[in-house]
Amino acid sequence: MNSVLSIKNLEVGFDTPRGLLQAVRGVDVEMPAGSSMGIVGESGSGKTVMCRAAMGLLRGSNVRRSGSVVFDGDEIGALDSADVRQYFGTGMAMIFQDPMTALNPVRRIGSQLAESLVIRLGMDKKAARTRAAELLALVRIPDPEATLRKFPGQLSGGMRQRVVIATAIACKPKLLFADEPTTALDVTVQAQILELLSDLRRDLDMSMMLVTHDLGVVANHTDYVTVLYAGLVVEQAPTKKLFTSMKMPYTEALLKSIPRLDQPSGGRMPMIGGRLPDPTNPEPGCPFAPRCPYVQDKCRSEVPPLTTAADGHVYRCFFPIGGNG
Amino acid sequence: MRAKSTNIVEVLKRLVQLLLVVIGATFLLSLLLRLLPVGLKELYVTGLFEEDRQRQIKELGLDRNAFSYYIHWLWDFVRGDFGPIVLPGGGGESVASHVGRALPKTLQLVFYTQIFALAVAIPLGIFSAYRAGRRTDRFVSYGLFTAASIPNFVLGLLLALIIGVKLEWLPPLGYVPISESFVDHVRSMILPVLALGIPLIASYTRLLRTDVIATLREDFVTMAVAKGLSDRRILFTHVLRPSSVTLLTSAALNMGALIGGSLVIERVFSIPGLGTEIGLAIFGRQYFALQAYVALVAIGYVIFNSVIDVFVGLIDPRTRERRNA
Ligand SMILES: Nc1ncnc2c1ncn2[C@@H]1O[C@H](COP(=O)(O)OP(=O)(O)OP(=O)(O)O)[C@@H](O)[C@H]1O
Ligand code: SF4
Ligand SMILES: [Mg+2]
Repeated sequence: MNSVLSIKNLEVGFDTPRGLLQAVRGVDVEMPAGSSMGIVGESGSGKTVMCRAAMGLLRGSNVRRSGSVVFDGDEIGALDSADVRQYFGTGMAMIFQDPMTALNPVRRIGSQLAESLVIRLGMDKKAARTRAAELLALVRIPDPEATLRKFPGQLSGGMRQRVVIATAIACKPKLLFADEPTTALDVTVQAQILELLSDLRRDLDMSMMLVTHDLGVVANHTDYVTVLYAGLVVEQAPTKKLFTSMKMPYTEALLKSIPRLDQPSGGRMPMIGGRLPDPTNPEPGCPFAPRCPYVQDKCRSEVPPLTTAADGHVYRCFFPIGGNG
Repeated sequence: MRAKSTNIVEVLKRLVQLLLVVIGATFLLSLLLRLLPVGLKELYVTGLFEEDRQRQIKELGLDRNAFSYYIHWLWDFVRGDFGPIVLPGGGGESVASHVGRALPKTLQLVFYTQIFALAVAIPLGIFSAYRAGRRTDRFVSYGLFTAASIPNFVLGLLLALIIGVKLEWLPPLGYVPISESFVDHVRSMILPVLALGIPLIASYTRLLRTDVIATLREDFVTMAVAKGLSDRRILFTHVLRPSSVTLLTSAALNMGALIGGSLVIERVFSIPGLGTEIGLAIFGRQYFALQAYVALVAIGYVIFNSVIDVFVGLIDPRTRERRNA
């Protein structure tokens, strides 16, 4: 199988005054080219850290990162900040959770959009401007010409997120990381943006890693799902399979916490009783044990290993729903 | 259209504010002069003949009440009549001719100092923010802290002594106008500009560093990285502008302190500028001259602040929105 992204044993920690904070604790993800992978998990489970580390955006003296990241056949996990940048824009791109902060407030939309085209694709200024207007039309912004001359502050949240998307896809990346692209938006706008992303993915033949805490979004917009809990992969399966034969108690709890499956949850966090374990000081045993309705003694002493069922369904639980296999 | 007319209202509002500030400051000053322990009449009205004395009292407006005196002064001031330098026995040059000679020198000194301080502080501030916490950053911080703790005039004397007298690289004192020789003009200004500018560099660098560090944490910077732009381009096209509002505002507010500093530095380097004139006026009890000088400084201060305000609005549209809201 031809993978666009292959993450192996990715670990990310941060040095903090309280000790090492383990945000991602050995994650494997395999994304077939052209596919869409959903990353689900509660707030703080490490979704953003995983994506940023995979793309090579996490830098800083307090970051401890290890593991392998192979993008489109190239090992990029160990590249330094300047070298990995050749993949940005043309290979990998990212859209952010909050469109209010993702655009530079003091520069016009046009110059922010055309910049990538000039610098990454070597277009001349005039061609870049024309292409920028086309890109705005592509993300369904009415009156692209006028929008090019505006500042981000003059646009609504939904329109800004469209601009962010246009910027991200400007150089036709092979892989798009979308980190909760709709959480900050109104419910009606959320559906439109997700629709737009799915359409663009198909039209541009792009792979997408879609981060969300919303299983409803996963069901409608992804081919595969990875469920993260406390920096660990706890379940991984093709989306259809996950919903027909769920294995993890945690995923089930997530699902139950969503009021309606067919609608995005409007930015509300799913409510499960209890809290995530302390990432600077993980307790022994299954990290979900304190909150799990199926918990048994064994769960409290040992971290369950990642199990791969015969059909490829991956889960991390001693007592999975529906039994092992 | 609407945006245009609000702009005009904006400008008119500022002009009225400007006028009020200048009128307020000069009126207060003229009141203060009335409160002097030695009456102005005793100081200035001298002469052999009673006829002359009466004429002088009339000309200087000393027979009027405070308000009428101020109007009289203001009317003369706006027409460019700043009153006389009063010498014992009558006569003496007009203040206006002194201003004509001194003001350009001070403006040059202050202007060069600002340009020099900003030209050094901007790259230095950006660079130390970019390397925040690393060795170079700490080195720059310590260096600037030391430089800033030396008073202006000590720095001036040291520079004059070492570079001017010992090494004989530059003239230790004196002023050469541009019209005479450009090269000599520049050479005569280097030491005073250094003496005035080095402490400024320290404070400007610190301000910019703080704001750049804050901006570097913004999502739009991560987004610029994810577009594949180089660090240098990100720093100068994405980070500098939104980080420079505090710096520019403080540069404007520093005008007062800078003129105060030039008062001393001009004496150290024997530059016959406004600072020297103000010093002479104070020691020679030339209150008319002093009143005119202070009024000019106030006007310059207000104008400079307004210009910077407009400029800040141009580079950061957010401040415009905030002001109009
Ligand atoms: N730069 C950092 N320094 C220290 N700790 C960090 C840093 N970034 C993230 N973390 C920590 O890493 C953990 C995972 O955070 P992450 O942002 O990946 O969560 P998330 O799953 O994206 O949550 P959300 O749904 O709220 O976006 C959290 O405990 C967070 O506090
Ligand atoms: S291992 Fe035990 S505690 Fe953990 S999810 Fe499975 S049943 Fe629950
Ligand atoms: Mg996140």
